[in-house]
Amino acid sequence: MPGILILADHDAGGFKTTALELVGKARELGGPVAALAIGTAGGEGLPADLVLTVDGPEFADFNTDPWVAALAAAVEKVQPDVILATANMIARDVMPRLAARLGVGLACDVVELKLEGGAVVGRRPVYGGKALFDVTIKSSPAIFTARPNAFVPVAAGSPGGVEALTVGVSAALVQVVETLEPAGDVADLTEASLIVAGGRAVKSTEGFDQLIRPLAAAIGASPGASRAAVDAGFCPHSEQVGQTGKVVNPSLYIACGISGAIQHLAGMRTSKVIVAVNKDADAPIFQFASYGIVGDIFTICPMLTEALK
Amino acid sequence: MKIGVLLKQVPATDTRIKINAGGTGIETGGVKLEINPYDEHALEEALKLKDKKIAKQVVIISIGGKGNDQRIRDGLARGADAGMWINDPSLEGADSLTVAKVLAGAAKAEGVEMLIAGKQAVDNDNAQVPAMVAEILGWPQALVISELSVDGGAFQATRDIGGGLRQVVKGALPVVLSADKALNTPRYASLPGIMKARRKPIAKKTASDFGVAVGEPMVADANWSLPPERPAGRILDGEPADVVAELVNLLRTEAKVL
Repeated sequence: MPGILILADHDAGGFKTTALELVGKARELGGPVAALAIGTAGGEGLPADLVLTVDGPEFADFNTDPWVAALAAAVEKVQPDVILATANMIARDVMPRLAARLGVGLACDVVELKLEGGAVVGRRPVYGGKALFDVTIKSSPAIFTARPNAFVPVAAGSPGGVEALTVGVSAALVQVVETLEPAGDVADLTEASLIVAGGRAVKSTEGFDQLIRPLAAAIGASPGASRAAVDAGFCPHSEQVGQTGKVVNPSLYIACGISGAIQHLAGMRTSKVIVAVNKDADAPIFQFASYGIVGDIFTICPMLTEALK
Repeated sequence: MKIGVLLKQVPATDTRIKINAGGTGIETGGVKLEINPYDEHALEEALKLKDKKIAKQVVIISIGGKGNDQRIRDGLARGADAGMWINDPSLEGADSLTVAKVLAGAAKAEGVEMLIAGKQAVDNDNAQVPAMVAEILGWPQALVISELSVDGGAFQATRDIGGGLRQVVKGALPVVLSADKALNTPRYASLPGIMKARRKPIAKKTASDFGVAVGEPMVADANWSLPPERPAGRILDGEPADVVAELVNLLRTEAKVL
């Protein structure tokens, strides 16, 4: 039964669903579950056996060096066999650095994790989701990062114990000048459960703003785009879905005027329900769509927006 | 200042991936290789710093097998000054940390003060090597950046930290950076550039040149497969108002996603 350390994400609303997903998976794998919460003094809401908290001015903003130092201190204290984190931008920044510091292996973005003959086996997508493989790590601890929505979350609850962890942080190698907030109040695409995406057929920035954003707003979805729409300048790179954009895993993905190039399909094919609206009945996107409407997005999208408001 | 650009060759993004007979990887026959798309942005940023006379020299450091010299040559044609081709069969299937050790050794040997990589290679999608190289060298890192300025011995960069947030960070050189697409628009090679590239040097190296003994990988893969087929969907037929109403109803009552 492997001892597990998780990096528990939290925000102003407390521990995030992704943290509860990691606890859920850790419970399934067995063994004691410790969690590290950085930048907070409390552990309430996270039903791990032990929550280690790290707080202080150097943890007010995300920064690589203090985060890695906190993780290394938690590893030293808990001596876990397995470390789990949610595959987000922060984990991408710190987990490889931690792995290099510990001299151990890391497998990122797993979508499954199970015990097989005592070994933890992950399954991870590669080539932007066009292929998958089983991954095992022959070092201890073994570090995995897991995609959001991949595991069933446990219900929020009280931890077995909470302990403040002392971290010796030397001067950080980079200084944070400022944090830039997003323009609107939208969820990160990679964690969004609803996405409305537009393709080249929106024709212009105005088209994107008049068709895609209002439809997204009507259901509280995050707007996304195909590479064609981004390259044409209709919306920012940060909204691109696909092999060279964000890989997403929402419960609903509405593709408007997106033909379904192989690179785009790779980035969104694991969506639970896919809706495609496209003028071209032969567009490849329809082979992946749960529901398809053959029609003009300039007609369909405003009607759909109105109906969903 | 000398800048090292980490460059990798990967299957073109429009490749229809097939799994090989043993399930040990992808079918590589007939697959067109190209420069990893994000690495083109890394190279472009280095070339921009050279255009501004902030950098004196740009060297491409690349691990890869057959055909990799052509990718390096492509980078030289765009304006890089020299290439290093680490062609070592023992590195095929090596774990990220081993790859990072070799690249860190190469960076030291070249005496670079800045390393720029793509934010990830679109083959294995690991996104591990830049941070690992930074840790091995003891350098700061700014990853997935969309803006960069360099002044004297200092850098300032804007990085993506997720949740729609970006963070402006600064520090002192040397540094490891990784490029997002928003950083710049990569240039194409010019005809004179292509001619000049033929005479530019490409040094050939192996892992042992940097004192790295390549052992069994710590991270092992098996049972490759294509993603599961999606169940067949259905096309909603009828007048726009009717299909929209039907869709809304299906999303609410059948799919239960709204």
